Amino acid sequence: MKFSKPLKISLAILILTIVSLYIVLPAKIGNFSVPRINYQIGKIDLSKEIELKQGLDIKGGLQVVLKADMNNISESDRSTALESLKDVIGRRIDLFGVAESGIKTAVSGDDYRLILELPGVTDPEQALTLIGQTAQMIFALPVYTPGETASDSAILSDFAPTDLTGADLQKAQVTFESQDRSPAVSLTFKESGTAKFAKITKENIGKPVAILLDGYPITMPTVQTEIINGSAIITGKFTTQEAKALSIQLNAGALPVPVSVLSQKNIPATLGADSINKSITAGGIGLSMVILFMVAYYGKMGVIASIGLVLYGIYTLALYKLIPVVLSLPGIAGFLLSVGMAVDSNILIFERYKEEMRAGRDWRVGLELAFGRAWDSIKDANTATIITGLILINPLNWSFLNTSGSVKGFALTLILGIFISLFTGIVVTRNLLRLFFKGKSGMSNIKSKI
Amino acid sequence: MNWMKHLSLYFIISAVVIIPGVYSLFRFGLRPSIEFTGGSRFTLVAVVSPPETLLQSFKEYSPTVESSDTQGLTFKSKEISQTEVLSILDGLKKENPEIKLTNFETIGPALGKETIKKTVNALIISSLLLLAYISLAFKRLKYGICAVLAMFHDSAVLLGVFSLLGHFRGVEIDLLFVTAVLTILSFSVHDTIVVYDRIRELSHKNKNEAFAPLVNQAVTETMTRSLNNSLTIIFMLLAMFLMGGETTRFFSLALLIGTVTGTYSSTFTAAPLLIVWDRLSKRK
Repeated sequence: MKFSKPLKISLAILILTIVSLYIVLPAKIGNFSVPRINYQIGKIDLSKEIELKQGLDIKGGLQVVLKADMNNISESDRSTALESLKDVIGRRIDLFGVAESGIKTAVSGDDYRLILELPGVTDPEQALTLIGQTAQMIFALPVYTPGETASDSAILSDFAPTDLTGADLQKAQVTFESQDRSPAVSLTFKESGTAKFAKITKENIGKPVAILLDGYPITMPTVQTEIINGSAIITGKFTTQEAKALSIQLNAGALPVPVSVLSQKNIPATLGADSINKSITAGGIGLSMVILFMVAYYGKMGVIASIGLVLYGIYTLALYKLIPVVLSLPGIAGFLLSVGMAVDSNILIFERYKEEMRAGRDWRVGLELAFGRAWDSIKDANTATIITGLILINPLNWSFLNTSGSVKGFALTLILGIFISLFTGIVVTRNLLRLFFKGKSGMSNIKSKI
Repeated sequence: MNWMKHLSLYFIISAVVIIPGVYSLFRFGLRPSIEFTGGSRFTLVAVVSPPETLLQSFKEYSPTVESSDTQGLTFKSKEISQTEVLSILDGLKKENPEIKLTNFETIGPALGKETIKKTVNALIISSLLLLAYISLAFKRLKYGICAVLAMFHDSAVLLGVFSLLGHFRGVEIDLLFVTAVLTILSFSVHDTIVVYDRIRELSHKNKNEAFAPLVNQAVTETMTRSLNNSLTIIFMLLAMFLMGGETTRFFSLALLIGTVTGTYSSTFTAAPLLIVWDRLSKRK
C-alpha cells in the first residue's frame, strides 16, 4: 500500500495528537478513567498523570530574596561562602518539610543573594526565623552511654561541646591523597584555633571528634595523631562528590555569612486558585470567540484553522507538562495571548489565498502559492517576536538583564507559542486543507459547451 | 481607495492620542510600584479601629492606604520587616482583638533601582536588535528606522495612557507592565513587518511604479489581515481583561491598548513614514 505525502504527514499528526492528548488528559474525567501505559521514558513515568507545574503565585507560599553579608569574608572566598550558605539554608528548608522548594544563588555586582521559593508555607514568620540564622559550627566530643545489658554496644547519646568553633576554622578544601589520589578534605585552622585543636587531638587520640553544624553532626572522624600545626586532613572512602559536599558544609561554619531579607512576598493560596479559575473561564470564552470569528469569516477554511487552533492548545499543554514549564499567572496570560496570535499565520495564508483566487487561479494552485508567498512575511514577523522574547527570557542569565521568574515564565510561554503555532498554522492546516478542502475552480478550467 | 492621500491626517490622529499622555508623562510621571521604588505592602483583616489610627501606629514608615475592601485593608509603606509589622499589631490587639496580617510583601530599595536599570537595558537592547534585524532583512536602513519609530509611537501611547491612569485612578507600573511593553514592541514590529514585506514584494514586481501608490497598494492588500489578526488577539485580551484574575487585569489592559495602537501604527504610521522619508530624500 502506498500513501500520498499529505496522508503520511496527516498520519504523523494524528499520532502526535494522540500522544499529546494522553499527556494532557487527567487520569480521571468524571467516572471514566483514562487507561495508562506502564512505561517510562527517562524521568517521565507514563503510568501516572503528569502534573502541570504551578508557580508560587498560584500555589501560594513564601518567596524571599536574602542578601548575604560578605563584609567579613575575603574577596576570593565569597563564591565558596555563597555555595556553603545555599547548602546550609537548603538543609534548613528540608527540615521544614517543604515540597518542591527552590533555592537559587544570584550575584549582582557586589551583592550576593539567595532566592528562595517555599510553596505552601503558611507561617512565613516562623520559616524566616529558622532560615535566617547564621550557621553555627562547633567541634564536640561524642558521649556514649553504656547499653542496658553488657552485650549491648554503647549508644551515642549526646555531644559535649568543646571551645573550638567554626570561627576558628580558616577554610576547608577538597584535596587528593598523595599515595592513591583518593579524595579527602583538608582543614586549615586560624591561629586562634591551632592551639585548641592541638589540645583536642592530643586528648582524644584513637577517639572520634564530631563536627556539628546547627546542632547536627556532619562528620565524625577518628583522631589519628596530635595535630599541632593547625592543618588536618579528613580521609574516608569519599567519592569526589562526597568530599566536595563535606567541604561545602565545613565552609558554612568556617565562613559564616549573616543574611538579611532583601525582599519578601507572602502569597495566600486562595488568591491563586481564584485567579486561575477566572483565567480558565476567560481563556475559554476568548477561544470560542476566536473560533466563531474564524468560521464566520473564512467558512470551511476557518473550520480547519479552528481545528489547528485546538490542536495548538493540546500540543502546548503537553509540552508545558513535559519540559516542564512552571506556570505562573503571567505565564497563563502569555499562553492565552499566544492563542490569539496563533491564528495569525492562518489569516495571512487565507488572505493570500483569496488574492490568488481573485487573480483567477485554480484553487489548488492558489492554495500552494498562498502558503509559499505568505511564508516570507510569517518568517520575518515571527523572528522579531522571538528576538524580544529571548531578551525577556535572558537565557544566558546576563546580570544586566531581567532575572525575574514571572517575566521569564511569560516570555517562555510566548516563544513556545510561536514555534508551536508555526507548526499547527502551517504544517497541520496545510495538510488538513490538502486532504479535506475543495475550493472553487478557477477560470482556467475548460467548460463543456452546452 | 487611496489610503496614502491623507498622510497628515494620520499623523494628527496620532498626535491627538499621544500628546495628552506624553504631557501627563512629563507632568505627573508614572506611578511605580514597590517593585521599582522599594517598600512594603501589607494587608490587615478584622480591623476595628478607623484607618487613621492604624496610619498613626505605622507613621514611622510613612504608610498610605492603598485599598480597603472585603479582602482587608491594604497599606503601602516604606520598607518594614514582617516582625516589625507584627510587633506593632501586638500593640493594637486591645482595640482590635482579631487583627491579623494576611498579606505581606517587601522589597529592598536596592533591588528596585536594579530592576529599573535592567528594564531600561532590555528596552534599549530590544530596540537596537530590532532596528538591526529589520534593516538587514529589508536591506535598507530606512525600513528599520521607520519601523522602530512606529514602535516608539506605540510605546508612547501605552506609557501615556498608563501615566493618565496612574494619576487619575492610581494604577501602578509593575514588572508585568514592563513585560507588556516589551511584548507590544515585538507585536508592533510584527505587524509592521507584514506591511513592509508586501511593499518589498510589490516593488520587486513593479520596478517603475512610484513609491506612494506602491505603499498604498501594499497597505490595502494587508489591511484585512491586520484587522482580522488584531481582532482575534483583542477577543482573547478583552476576555482576560473583563473576566481574568485581578493580578493580571492591568497587564491585559496594557496588552490590549498596545494591540490596538500596534495595528493602527503599522498601517497609519509605519507605512506613511516610509513615504515621508522617500519624499524628503528626493527633495535634496
